[in-house]
Amino acid sequence: MKTTTRWTAGLGATALTALSLTGCSSDGGSDGGRIVYWASNQGTSITQDEEILAESIARFTEATGVEVQLEVIPWTDLYNRILTAVSSGEGPDVLNIGNTWAVSLQSSGAFLPWEGEALEAIGGEGRFVASSWATGGADGQVPASVPLYGLAYSMYYNTAMFEEAGIAEPPATWEEFVETAKTLTVDTDGDGRIDQWGAALAGSSITGNAHAAFIRGLQNGGALYDADGDPDFANDGVVAGVDQWIQLMGEDGVVSPSNAELLNGSEIVAEFIDGNAAMFFDQAPGKTLDAAGMEDYAAAPMPMVTADATGLEGTQSHVAGINVSVFENADDPEAAIDFVAHLTSDEEQRYLNDAFTSLPVVTEAYDDPAFQSDEIALKQQILSEHAQPMPLYPTEGQMETLVGTAIKDLFARIAQGGTVTEDDVREALEDAAAQMPSS
Amino acid sequence: MSSRRSPHGASAAPRRRRRSPLPYGLVAPAALMELLIHIVPMILGVWIAFLALTQFSIANWVGAPFVWLDNFVAGLDPAGAIGSQFYGALGRTLVFTLVVVAFSWALGMFAAVLLTSRFRGNGWLRTLFLVPYALPSYVGTIAWAFMFNQRDGVVNRILVEDLGILDEGPFWLLGGNAFWVIVVVTVWQFWPFAFLMLLAALQSIPGDVYEAAALDGASLWKQFTRITLPMVRHANVVLLLILGLWIFNQFNVPYVLFGPASPEEATLVSPLIYQQSFNNWNFGVGGAMSVLLLLALLVASAFYIRLVMPKERSIDD
Repeated sequence: MKTTTRWTAGLGATALTALSLTGCSSDGGSDGGRIVYWASNQGTSITQDEEILAESIARFTEATGVEVQLEVIPWTDLYNRILTAVSSGEGPDVLNIGNTWAVSLQSSGAFLPWEGEALEAIGGEGRFVASSWATGGADGQVPASVPLYGLAYSMYYNTAMFEEAGIAEPPATWEEFVETAKTLTVDTDGDGRIDQWGAALAGSSITGNAHAAFIRGLQNGGALYDADGDPDFANDGVVAGVDQWIQLMGEDGVVSPSNAELLNGSEIVAEFIDGNAAMFFDQAPGKTLDAAGMEDYAAAPMPMVTADATGLEGTQSHVAGINVSVFENADDPEAAIDFVAHLTSDEEQRYLNDAFTSLPVVTEAYDDPAFQSDEIALKQQILSEHAQPMPLYPTEGQMETLVGTAIKDLFARIAQGGTVTEDDVREALEDAAAQMPSS
Repeated sequence: MSSRRSPHGASAAPRRRRRSPLPYGLVAPAALMELLIHIVPMILGVWIAFLALTQFSIANWVGAPFVWLDNFVAGLDPAGAIGSQFYGALGRTLVFTLVVVAFSWALGMFAAVLLTSRFRGNGWLRTLFLVPYALPSYVGTIAWAFMFNQRDGVVNRILVEDLGILDEGPFWLLGGNAFWVIVVVTVWQFWPFAFLMLLAALQSIPGDVYEAAALDGASLWKQFTRITLPMVRHANVVLLLILGLWIFNQFNVPYVLFGPASPEEATLVSPLIYQQSFNNWNFGVGGAMSVLLLLALLVASAFYIRLVMPKERSIDD
């Protein structure tokens, strides 16, 4: 190899390396007529989401000339991707967030506040369902996100199993729920093992457990944060609520111990479809149930401690859903705001929420025939009368992690044959509270 | 590797050639990569360990408040909620590392010795043994997660229904058993690497050494302990160090098996750092734990190298 050739090779390698390094810069930023949009995974698959959103994006591009580069991100990665984008300043222009993260992300200061012209561009606060709008940020602050899809928990039950057991009505109180579940927990094939359980839940789901602690806690007169905004996980109300939740697998024996291993909501729906469980709580399983050809099911409100509870004790769900935010450092904030205005317009709200079996977050869209089913009417009523936003504090995310993990560990103990008393629940929640950062 | 040294230590290359910038040009891309991928992030990590970096300060992380040693105190205080977890995880990770390295090495050695002798199917076995190493870690671990599932997993099916050893299928992914599951899956992932390294080392041992030993009446065990082990000593030193470091930092297996929060009995240090950083958004504390871990591993590695590296290195240099 001659020296010149070797020189060329050396330089070539260096140049190639340099090129490959510059080639992996982030895909962030827009250039005049183009914005980047990160969407959360709402449908049964990423591909399905892409197809549904592509239609809506095409209408936007046709009207404005602005192209939208779409990336649908799985839930497992979304938060870390957002944090990375926040810390590097290299992110999308528009992005979806789980609405329970809104306050935490708002406190980072990286997102555009919805006031003034931006608020006007999306038609003002009055167009939106009040409870959904309240999730956009901390109390008394300008929201850093606006609602996009509305969701609410309700109870789903197997109508055929109910009929077979001679149960006419879905249970309205927690006590009735436990009784009904006991009736439906049976050994159908006589082999000495229970193969049909009263209810299914995801014992290892951190968020699912945190939602249960929030809802059951409020029903029992306890909140996860005190009036000063300090974490307070081990008050009597929350302890009683969490105890009700975990004793479904423990004392009540209406949930299969194997449910302690389930990590997410889709696994509960699978249990229900397989006929392993008669009831479960979920937000929007409709698409999955229909896809599996499941017809014998109906939705009912989540049972409360008393049938006619109102106010905080009448909470059946948190105000669940997805919000949309614009990055403060978007290259073309106007195009980004226009795109949010498009996504939250009456027509697109009808189209998108119908496609994703979620609920519109603007009141006008509810007139549409697509949202007249019993289930939608029920969810709408839950959102307007029986739902509270998850605690609107910046440490809400840490709370979900710590409380959800504590409950996961309690389920694990029960599943392995241990017993868990109310005192154990209190102790576990005290431990979780001790790990909360000072806000 | 041929040595360019002459016996008298005089350089064989002319002076002009030594000055050529070509070697630097050739090393530059790798050095640049090393700088960008390892050195810079490491320096940033050390810096983050001294910052109160949470979701409040991440957007402007360069300006996050400097809190001196607060993060280290939080991570190291055995009475604190975070510190107590850290010590527990540290002890558990040590045990985990020892057990996994021991099993991986023993299995690798056994397989390597087995495959140094020629027999039909030798090539097939060699390929088969490397499958776990070739599979993407995520895919293999997901398969293990299915197998260890309490209700529908094949492990419990074999134990309860096929063999009838147990009446009730135990939970493998919850509680104390979870620790042994990560041991099994990690051994499965790493023993092929040990096997590969040891096989290469064994093949460099001349066959006549064994023949001579056999003639002298040395048993197979004696041949193994007196010839094989001393002869692969150098490979062993490096192998055990690399395995130890990799396994101590194990993250993928518990993350795929248990999600973001491992059961307490199976929480290792790396997943704990992840939990602090990405679940609790306490990046400063996560950074402090990482720095402590790095220092501990550096000290342990240096000590190990001093202890086992043969002194005769001076002859080579």
